[in-house]
Amino acid sequence: MAGHSSYTPKTAIEKWLHERLPIVAFAKDHALDFPTPKNLNYWWTFGGILAVMLVVQIITGIVLVMHYTPHVDMAFNSVEQIMRDVNYGWLIRYMHANGASMFFIAVYIHMFRGMYYGSYKAPREVLWILGVVIYLIMMATAFMGYVLPWGQMSFWGAKVITNLFSAIPFFGDAITTWLWGGYAVDNPTLNRFFSLHYLLPFVLAAVIGLHLWALHVPGNNNPTGVSVKSGQDTVPFHPYYTMKDAFAIAVFFLFFAFWIFYQPNYLGHAINYEPANPLVTPAHIVPEWYYLPFYAILRAIPSKLGGVIAMFGSILILFVLPWLDTSKVRSGTYRPIFKGFFWIFAIVCVALGYLGSKPPEGAYVIWGRILTAYYFAHFIVILPLLGLLESPKPLPASISDAVLSKKSKKLAPAE
Amino acid sequence: MSTATHADVTRRDFLYIATGAVGAVGVALTAWPFISQMNPDASVKALASIEFDLAPIAEGQEVTIKWRGNPVIIRNRTAKEIEAAKAVPLTDLKDPIARSAVAKDGAPATDENRTVAGHEQFLVMMGVCTHLGCVPQGDNPLKEFAVVEGSLKVGGWFCPCHGSHYDTAGRIRKGPAPENLAVPPYSFLSDSKIKIG
Repeated sequence: MAGHSSYTPKTAIEKWLHERLPIVAFAKDHALDFPTPKNLNYWWTFGGILAVMLVVQIITGIVLVMHYTPHVDMAFNSVEQIMRDVNYGWLIRYMHANGASMFFIAVYIHMFRGMYYGSYKAPREVLWILGVVIYLIMMATAFMGYVLPWGQMSFWGAKVITNLFSAIPFFGDAITTWLWGGYAVDNPTLNRFFSLHYLLPFVLAAVIGLHLWALHVPGNNNPTGVSVKSGQDTVPFHPYYTMKDAFAIAVFFLFFAFWIFYQPNYLGHAINYEPANPLVTPAHIVPEWYYLPFYAILRAIPSKLGGVIAMFGSILILFVLPWLDTSKVRSGTYRPIFKGFFWIFAIVCVALGYLGSKPPEGAYVIWGRILTAYYFAHFIVILPLLGLLESPKPLPASISDAVLSKKSKKLAPAE
Repeated sequence: MSTATHADVTRRDFLYIATGAVGAVGVALTAWPFISQMNPDASVKALASIEFDLAPIAEGQEVTIKWRGNPVIIRNRTAKEIEAAKAVPLTDLKDPIARSAVAKDGAPATDENRTVAGHEQFLVMMGVCTHLGCVPQGDNPLKEFAVVEGSLKVGGWFCPCHGSHYDTAGRIRKGPAPENLAVPPYSFLSDSKIKIG
């Protein structure tokens, strides 16, 4: 934490403003001079990348709304009009649609980085919990956005996901009717999803504000997991991390541009270019790639309510992760056994994603069950036990020590 | 507050609680319209009923029509399908209740209770999978799925979303769906004409 501000207003106008709104001092303390561990690697740039992606989504989204019509008879055609008639409409829509995928790629890297380096551990539990809240809002926003073009996958995705709530005992049907505004997914549903899809990104921005606030109380975690001990361990955020983040964002934009210009529909589904038909379910319906692991968990349980509970549970369990991991050592770098289990867990998540994309029959179901069990075991069995059984490697005395010993090791053969 | 006399505390407490309670009621009353507006509006609720002529549906043929925004499956079942449905012992069923608006509430899920007497060949039911609402596929020309493993492949319905299998009476036999496909309220206006709703 910056402590007492280093900002002293010099001119009369600066003094006048500082006494009324100390915004310059705030920016200096929290954006420019903020003491940041000097050893952050590129995995730490994804927070900045995510902030930029939210801005991209909001700007492209506001533009799309200028041309979109939220009505079951016109939504599909208005999206086609954006693609064909609106100047650069194709570009802006592809930015928005692929931007959602980029947003999720970045958030998954950001989350796994937090898991590997123990960024959720004390004193950063609230920071982590706010991150899970952000992730949930992102999922809701992306889901409602995908419904808006009113194609076949939009419609059936909306129907299946809203039907999840019908699994709730006693009130399930009343709740789904309330969500739909009718007896099926129809125009009222499309209208409210549109309204909420426009609202939620701004809620997201507000929660990100809290996330940053919670970040700036203890400051950043770092690859050693060792807390900052002195000014030697940190550098000011600007120019060191503004530059590093800017470089990472530029590289990420290259990746983003590849999808927009070369594979704009690869991450979507061809059948969503067919207008919604409430009488025919597509032969093979799957959600967007970023939901697939949870979809696999939903289908792994052979009971409706059980599947829904497992699916929501697989996300909600992240809220209590800080208390399930009993190890006092934050960084996976110093936890030889955890490191192995972390990578197994990452592979299991990807494998569940693969299973989620496959039809719900035969061996896919069996593997779905095994991996779902492992997913939960990782949190409920492996993490609590590892903290008690594993003996971690010795931690460096400080961030500076770790950085210097790494440097001397690298230089050693040359000397 | 803590140093105030007993009488004063009681009086203040009462006023605080009374004010708070009135305020809470006000908030709840104001919130209700904002919650209620999301429920189906009058035009949606106006319970539409439709009439449909069954005569053009040949034996073994199936149509899907729309009622209240949802698909209704109407199938003119073959003798083999009816026989297969009747042969199933009730103890084999995952959901033993008929879920049929043309039978009594809670009636057992026999084939008779899911159809109208004298018109057993016609199965009229919601094409809404009781799992997550997809439209189960019937009329699979390959008939490549068996409703229950080891049984004859005599048709029925398969939900492509999460793999629920329904038999030739639309009863859930395998997969994640909890209930049989619902039979909507309908009646025969004449020998071949029905009114749904």
